[in-house]
Amino acid sequence: MAQQHKAVALISGGLDSMLAVRVMQEQGIEVEGINFFTGFCVEGHTHAIRNQDKNKPKRNNALWVAEQLGIKLHIVDVIEEYKDVLLNPKHGYGANMNPCLDCKIFMVGKAVEWVKEHHKDGFDFIITGEVIGQRPMSQRSDTMPLVSEESGAEDLLLRPLCAKNLPETKPEREGWVDRDKLYDFHGRNRKPQIALAKSFGLNDFASPAGGCCFLTDKSYSDKLVDLWQARNSRDYEMDDIMLLKVGRHIRPTPEFKLIIARDAGESKFLEGYRKQFASIYSTSHSGPMALVDGDLEPEQYQLAAAIVARYGKGRSADEVELSLTIPDRTSLTIKTAPMETQAVMQEWYV
Amino acid sequence: MNREQLDARRLLCPMPVIKAQNRIASMQPGDELDVICTDPGALNDIPAWARINGHEVVESHQHDDEIRITVRVGA
Repeated sequence: MAQQHKAVALISGGLDSMLAVRVMQEQGIEVEGINFFTGFCVEGHTHAIRNQDKNKPKRNNALWVAEQLGIKLHIVDVIEEYKDVLLNPKHGYGANMNPCLDCKIFMVGKAVEWVKEHHKDGFDFIITGEVIGQRPMSQRSDTMPLVSEESGAEDLLLRPLCAKNLPETKPEREGWVDRDKLYDFHGRNRKPQIALAKSFGLNDFASPAGGCCFLTDKSYSDKLVDLWQARNSRDYEMDDIMLLKVGRHIRPTPEFKLIIARDAGESKFLEGYRKQFASIYSTSHSGPMALVDGDLEPEQYQLAAAIVARYGKGRSADEVELSLTIPDRTSLTIKTAPMETQAVMQEWYV
Repeated sequence: MNREQLDARRLLCPMPVIKAQNRIASMQPGDELDVICTDPGALNDIPAWARINGHEVVESHQHDDEIRITVRVGA
C-alpha cells in the first residue's frame, strides 16, 4: 500500500491559503494547518476593543477557515522570536515597517521545524497559498525560491496555486501530488482565485484589503517608529504593540505621549493599563480615558490635562476637572481650561 | 478525571486560545480545563478551536466582564 503523505499548511485566514488546502484535499492529501501569532496580526485583538467593531463577526479567520476545511489548526505564539525578524530583517522592509520577505522565510522555517517534529505522524511537506507576483516583496519570481532556500524547506515547499510557474518540488516529482492538477496563477488579479473558490462551493471568505499584518499599515508603522525614537531603543513588549493599535496618539513634547481613547470600548481597554501607565480622565464631564507613555513632569501636568479635556464633553466648558494618577508616585485633581482645537498642533499627532 | 484552571484574563484573542491549546496538550482525554478570560472574542474562538481539534466545550458562562469556558479534552 502506498504511503499516505501529509502536508502542513500555513493558514493566514485569507482566501489563498484556504484554496491551497482545498487543492491538496482534492488530491487526497491530508492537511493540518499552522498559524503563527506575531502580535502584529490584524486577526483577533482589535475585535475586543472598539465600539464600532461590535457588529463585526468576532471570529478568528484562521480558525474559521480551518473549520470550513475540516482540518486541525495549530496556533503558535512566536511573539518573542519575531522580534528579531522585525528588528533585524536581512532583506529589509517593504513600504512601511513590514519585513515581508524575512517574515515569510521565518514562518516557513517554523513550519519546517514542525514537519520535522511530526514526521513520524506522516507529515513530510509544506504548502502555502502564495501566488507568484501577488505581493511586491515576498511573492516575486526571484524571492519565492529564496524563501524555499533560506527557510530550509528547499523542495518540500509546494505552492499549489502557482506551482506550474515554479520548478518541480519533491511532492510533485515523487508523485505524492499530481502537478497537472495544480495551478499557474500569477499577478495581483484575484479573479482566478474567486473562480476557483466558486468551483469548490466556497462563497464566504475573508479578503482583508491591507493584508493580515499591522506592519503594512503606514499609520501603525509611524507609531512604532515614533515609539522607538522616543525611547531611544528599537525594542518592544507585547503591551507596547497592543497600545499602538488603540486610540489617538498625541506627542506634545519629546518626553511623553498621550494615548487618548476614541470611544467607550477603547476607554475600557485603556483602563486595564492604569497600573502600568500614568492615566488622566475627566471627573467633571464625561470623556475619554488617556494613558501617558513616557515621563510626565509636574510642569507638564496642565498641558497633558488640557489636551485630554479637549476630547471630552467638557471641551466647550470654561474649566474641566480631571484626575491624574501616576502609579506609585501621585494621584491628584487638576482643574484646567480645555485646549482649543487649533492649539492641538497637527505635528503632535503621531 | 482531572480538572484544571487557566487564567487568561486581560489577554486578547488569540492568546487565550493559544494558552488553552498549550495547556490541553499536557492533559489527558476526559480531563477538563476551565478557561477564565475577559475578551469576548474567546466565546467564538475557543469553541471553534475545540471543535476542529476534537475537544468539547461543556459549559460557557459570562458574568459581568468575566467569561468562563470549560473544555473537555478529546481523545
